[in-house]
Amino acid sequence: MLTAIPGRRFPAEEVRAPKRVESVLDLIGDTPLLELRKITEGISPGVRIFAKLEGFNPGGSVKDRAAWRMVRDGIESGKLAKGKTILDSTSGNTGIALAMIGAVLGYPVELVMPSNVSAERKRIIGAFGAKVILSDPLEGSDGAIRLCRKILEQNPQRYFKPDQYFNPMNAQAHYETTGPEIYRQTRGEITHFIAGIGTGGTIMGVGRYLRERNPRIRVIAVEPDDALHGLEGLKHMASSIVPGIYHEEELDNKVPVATEAAYAMVYRVSQEEGILVGQSSGAAMHATLEVARRLTSGTLVTLFPDFGDKYLTTNLWLGWRERLSVGNLNFSI
Amino acid sequence: MMVRVRVPTPLRKFTNGADEVKAQGNTVRALVDDLEKNFPGIKERICDETGKIRRFVNVYVNGDDIRFLQNMETIVKEGDNISIVPAIAGGRG
Repeated sequence: MLTAIPGRRFPAEEVRAPKRVESVLDLIGDTPLLELRKITEGISPGVRIFAKLEGFNPGGSVKDRAAWRMVRDGIESGKLAKGKTILDSTSGNTGIALAMIGAVLGYPVELVMPSNVSAERKRIIGAFGAKVILSDPLEGSDGAIRLCRKILEQNPQRYFKPDQYFNPMNAQAHYETTGPEIYRQTRGEITHFIAGIGTGGTIMGVGRYLRERNPRIRVIAVEPDDALHGLEGLKHMASSIVPGIYHEEELDNKVPVATEAAYAMVYRVSQEEGILVGQSSGAAMHATLEVARRLTSGTLVTLFPDFGDKYLTTNLWLGWRERLSVGNLNFSI
Repeated sequence: MMVRVRVPTPLRKFTNGADEVKAQGNTVRALVDDLEKNFPGIKERICDETGKIRRFVNVYVNGDDIRFLQNMETIVKEGDNISIVPAIAGGRG
């Protein structure tokens, strides 16, 4: 394996060719696990922290896994016959994943989303040839869900709705792929898995797999600290319709994270580790460090759902120079 | 002077479920203070401890983001439409 050590030379046979694939969908999964070494300052030396970089999926997020699994199940069960249109309500990454998969497989895709989703998302989805239907931003994802139901009711035969909140294939995708990858990548040494809850698919699927391998592994969820928050992709469960695939009793703990704390962590992860991530990764990192501070030893794995380039026009970066001069951060720009 | 303020789903627990309320004031700051009088607890959700609009909340006056106007000092007039919109498409569901 090549390492980034200047001046060191490697014989050619040590260079491994990247994989060659027949479809972009073959690139879903098998994402790298990165050990974080700088942001962990002040944590006990017996604690190691890793992040699963889901931004490396071809659609740019962890949602590729669930979307692909749900579509495959639709095709196998006959619910997604040729000629049908994939329809769902989504505020972001699942929409991008479905749009990409639809483009590859030749299914038309229609996505209902509140008009305040980021401009990048709407454009990415449009670029894949999918249709974007906008709902009232004040009604949040509820409004998108209702509008989506209306469209479906008017023409039920025309559509296939993956329904990520209630489709068990969402969690199954992570049970079959993300969980085993993490276990292998840590050589079974993982002690804690910490991840955000959006639909609950990741934490349920990965948690179930890891527990089967080792019942002592702790499964900890990250959620916004309030109903009104700025953590795109995450859900505040107490004020939400609980997704059908989410079973809180399977969690060991939940860590609430304030939006401001998650945003601050996004800036730290960029500047200290060199990875530009989205706000849900900031929340995951914040919660992981909170868990780590209480431990003297352990192997903690968190999951960064996507990279941050999709959020550059959002409030996360709006006025960031002003914000970087406050708190314990001191950046020169 | 009264204006109409549209309230997003996560804040409707303060307005007894109303999606639109009336508020009084000549500036956004005055409106927010008036809202707090009628719906205690709502201001803390919209503003941080220094009184500035929270990063993940957008306030629009007739469709324009107040960050690109005069922020909390933006003037409001009779009949203006004010919307408080979370910066992200979260909420129930």
